[in-house]
Amino acid sequence: MAASEKGIGKIIFSSSLGTLIEWYDFYIFGMLAKTISVQFFPAGNATAALLSTLAIFAAGFLVRPFGALVFGRLGDLVGRKYTFLLTLVLMGGSTFLIGLVPGYKSIGIAAPLLVLLLRLIQGLALGGEYGGAATYVAEHAPANRRGYFTAWIQTTATLGLFVALGIILLVKTNMSDDAFTAEWGGWRYPFWISILLVGVSIYIRLKMNESPLYAALKKEGTTSVNPIKESFGHKGNFKMVLLALFGAVMGQGVIWYTGQFYAQSFLENVVKLEFMQNREILLWAIGLATPFFLFFGWLSDKIGRKWIMLTGMLLGVIFYRPIFGEMLKAANAKEWATQHDKKTELSLEKSTVKSDTTFNLKTGLLIINHKDEDWEFEGNRYNEKKSDTLMPAEGVTMFAPISVMIDSTQFFVKEATDAKPVYSNVQLNNSLKWKFIFLVWIMIIFVTMAYGPIAAFLVEMFPTKIRYTSMSLPYHIGNGVFGGLVPFIATLLATTFTTDPLVGLWYPIGVAALCFIIGALYLTNKKDKDVNDQKICR
Amino acid sequence: MGLIWMLLAPVIIYFLVKSAIHNISSGSTKDINQPVPWIIIITIFTPIAIGLMIFGYYAFKGEYDKLPESSEEI
Repeated sequence: MAASEKGIGKIIFSSSLGTLIEWYDFYIFGMLAKTISVQFFPAGNATAALLSTLAIFAAGFLVRPFGALVFGRLGDLVGRKYTFLLTLVLMGGSTFLIGLVPGYKSIGIAAPLLVLLLRLIQGLALGGEYGGAATYVAEHAPANRRGYFTAWIQTTATLGLFVALGIILLVKTNMSDDAFTAEWGGWRYPFWISILLVGVSIYIRLKMNESPLYAALKKEGTTSVNPIKESFGHKGNFKMVLLALFGAVMGQGVIWYTGQFYAQSFLENVVKLEFMQNREILLWAIGLATPFFLFFGWLSDKIGRKWIMLTGMLLGVIFYRPIFGEMLKAANAKEWATQHDKKTELSLEKSTVKSDTTFNLKTGLLIINHKDEDWEFEGNRYNEKKSDTLMPAEGVTMFAPISVMIDSTQFFVKEATDAKPVYSNVQLNNSLKWKFIFLVWIMIIFVTMAYGPIAAFLVEMFPTKIRYTSMSLPYHIGNGVFGGLVPFIATLLATTFTTDPLVGLWYPIGVAALCFIIGALYLTNKKDKDVNDQKICR
Repeated sequence: MGLIWMLLAPVIIYFLVKSAIHNISSGSTKDINQPVPWIIIITIFTPIAIGLMIFGYYAFKGEYDKLPESSEEI
């Protein structure tokens, strides 16, 4: 039943393109989280707004398992082709509409509610897409190349991220920050572009045929009448669903999100990398690592899937803290600042005083918030914002009105014990930038190991008539819940244990370690030669 | 090992509930101090933890010692 070499190429292209676009649609929301939080949530508390957006982001992931059930059932009942066509329409439509929702300033609470609703639809659609595409390709692929062919589907999640990053960067570099972040600004363009991409993909998918294995079942009248009951109500299959979740997908999910999403979030929020350079680093790392999805998919056809996936998890467990720690240490603006931040004589005329200058009547000290200053250290640039406490020069009346003091007095900066400099917009020099690209690339290689072979692994685990439902649910619990919550739980951990900037990593490390142990103990490395209904995973 | 997976499930729920009680407070605006995120996380992880317990039970009973090789064995 395997398609010809030319035929499988078309099948892979048409399946992968749609899945890539779905991932693109899903990611642009997360990548624009900061801008979206300002637009759709009450202003005033930036952290609360960001966390609210993250909650919506997580909500998008949390509904994915439900999408897996709804569309998985549909895919097993009416066929793969029409189901993942429907998910594509839902995803593209909801993404486009997010780009049309007016901001909170215009329509109030309706704005975040509409965004939440559309985000939930996105999550549902994504829950139905992946299983269909992976199943569709696998059911066309020859047994000895199933890992390689389905690995093309595995590249789509990363390439979707790549395209999303690329389009956002393209839009952002062609306009000012203000134009990008305005209520109807450039941040909406990536959402609008989606409708074009989806239109093309729908056209291509309409020309596809139904999966041959499913078509055969349909012809024989042996399709499942209740896929959900057969998948989860039947002990024999249910125990395989549990094994797939706890022995493979759970760990793969956290490895995926830590390498590709948490890394970006960490670089932006903890290392304080400048927006564009952060994305540039991720783009390079993703671009250079993506071929390895195909390599490990191919390799899994030769040596089996299990140990490749588990090795990816184990490497993450071992190396996450050293890698993230190295990034934090290498781009330490606070450390760089000590090279410059000697006690510097600064006259008031020369200083750049902002309007929020305050005069403390009790202590008689003048607190001046300096304007943001850019510094350079060994080719690395960073921004420093600091409040200085000034003491008057000799002979100056201490309690004169501030206006008089500013007009007539020279001040000297006192080393301020209460000053807490805030560093941001860190821009690395070229060698350090490439070091960061290499470090992120390594983490994405872990992703390619854990993720590359997993579609073939899951397809081989379940019989044709309930495959869409059975493989979709563990996949989306593993990725949506365990993986999708990495940024959220990491943020919660970092808020609780403030002394360790790497504390958020304990969540993915713990989950991946548990999954590695379970997988090593209970999975076998055998491949299923035939994925027709008479064979299942061993 | 099955017993470990079975015990791990209630331990996870216990720590989640304990952390929630410890962190939720009315005076703070921080997300970690709000009940909603904790409710979401506990609601989501509880059925998963129950799944882990069932998985542990199956492992304890030796259900994974020999994995099925055909549909008839399911």
